[in-house]
Amino acid sequence: MTEIAQQIRRDIVTMIRSARSGHLGPSMSCVELLVSLYFDRMNYRPKDPTWSERDRLVLCKGHAAPALYATLARAGYFDYEELLTFRKAGSMLQGHPVSRTPGVDVSTGSLGQGLSIANGIALAGRLDGKSYRAYALMGDGECDEGQVWEAAMTAGHLGLSNVTAVIDRNGVQSDDATEKVKRKEPLDRKWRSFGWQVLEIDGHNLTQIHRSFDLAESTTDRPTVIIARTVKGKGLSFLEGDANSHNASFSEEDLEWAMDELRSWE
Amino acid sequence: MPPLKEELGKILVELGREYKDMVVIAGDLGKSTGASSFEIFPERYFNLGISEQDMIGTAAGLASAGKIPVVSTYAIFLVGRAWEQIRNSVARDRLNVKMIATHAGISPYADGASHQCFEDIAIMRCIPGVTLVLPADLSEMRHAVRAAVETTGPFYIRLARGEIPRIFEDDDEFQIGKARRIKDGPDVGIIASGFLVPEVIKAEALLRKEGIRATVLDMHTIKPADNEAILEVARQTGAIVTAEDHNLLGGLGSTVAEILHGETPVPVEMIGIHDRFGESGELGQLMEMYGLTALHIANAAKRVIKVRDLGNRRGLRS
Repeated sequence: MTEIAQQIRRDIVTMIRSARSGHLGPSMSCVELLVSLYFDRMNYRPKDPTWSERDRLVLCKGHAAPALYATLARAGYFDYEELLTFRKAGSMLQGHPVSRTPGVDVSTGSLGQGLSIANGIALAGRLDGKSYRAYALMGDGECDEGQVWEAAMTAGHLGLSNVTAVIDRNGVQSDDATEKVKRKEPLDRKWRSFGWQVLEIDGHNLTQIHRSFDLAESTTDRPTVIIARTVKGKGLSFLEGDANSHNASFSEEDLEWAMDELRSWE
Repeated sequence: MPPLKEELGKILVELGREYKDMVVIAGDLGKSTGASSFEIFPERYFNLGISEQDMIGTAAGLASAGKIPVVSTYAIFLVGRAWEQIRNSVARDRLNVKMIATHAGISPYADGASHQCFEDIAIMRCIPGVTLVLPADLSEMRHAVRAAVETTGPFYIRLARGEIPRIFEDDDEFQIGKARRIKDGPDVGIIASGFLVPEVIKAEALLRKEGIRATVLDMHTIKPADNEAILEVARQTGAIVTAEDHNLLGGLGSTVAEILHGETPVPVEMIGIHDRFGESGELGQLMEMYGLTALHIANAAKRVIKVRDLGNRRGLRS
């Protein structure tokens, strides 16, 4: 899985290079989380994307679309070559996810809306007596949004144990460090007080991610949020943790260099 | 006249018995809208509290997993508070979410400006793919809610508060997107939706007493609009009045004018809210103050007839 993660990082750089835009930093930080979901955790059938028993992922932080697309391609939803059409006219790989892409259940891109959707999916699953789970991959910046806390209250109130939220806690949002823009901490206590089981892990450590998903699955009385501490721009030394990396545009030279660095890991 | 909320509750329960995938989401106003009647299916009724954005998002998730969620609260909160959620989480994916708003327009008269929603048609009309219906009476409400549940895609149904009139028979033909002619007359065409339809019927009677015979069109579906019916009335009468309890910017009048201007540019007089906020008062007082009464409508009809005739005379001279 470490190798898949590295491959996906290279794919992300390739896509953003080809599109000449896209969110590099926030895509890099959630790669292990997505790899763990798609290559270890979730049940799905790439050739039957609407299979009724599938687990669902809502990419609440829709700007990490490059990471999702690269993961979906590697998981077999569509050809790798499609990745080169990212952000281009006529492509199914839009700047932010849309549901016409195989493997994308709901369109996202506007922050703060995804957790409510995951709750709705989980409620439907509960009503139908299905065992699928709803995963919400959230950004830490989007925890500024009021709707996140409305949804947190709903899932806590309804005891939606089939919802797992994962917060990509990379500490940086669009303008600046998250704690500088609007203080999020103590994030764990906030979620706990809303009725959630809170797990804090290293979001690049596949073993820790695996264990936290196990724990979420075995908890049957409340939803789980995994606060995954990550590094924005992970894998690219010139970018890691940089407050300016959210939606920066990169020169061809930077991206060439990024690719070299990722290749050197092999 | 029967209380709207009781009747809405009845139709929801009736549909809930037929459609096991139907769920109802309320926002702490279930008792005011009538949605709480659905509590007889406790596993399919969710009161999500005072959180409209979360209501819409949860409905989007439910719909994406095959349910038929009906979301109901006051118009201003439902589409005002959660407009971007409706656009981005529901409409972009053409999700099967049924938004049933009550307390729209002038109807929460005593509550004042915060509750009187005069903007919902404008802001919902510009979201692609949302069907927008304004039932004028009990039978139209029943038909519209049933059609919403039975038709795939996002629906917005705009209702008032208080009592709901009876104008049509239940077995009268009702079809989404098909305006219905209530009266036929050659002199002027009056087009109305929802709450003001009864007032327009009164205006037609006033005009008839003065020898003016009006066609009255109940345009219950604003989107998709019945272009053909509107153009036909315009061709037959050459003078149009629209009537709505909504801001004149972007509502029914605007819709009709957009349809007419290219093919049949006849003069149009618009009755509605003149780009202002509401205020508290008795219903009758506010109808007078906002210029929405039958007399206002009848006078508008006379004005537009004059404009048409003046234009015709000028046309003859040139």
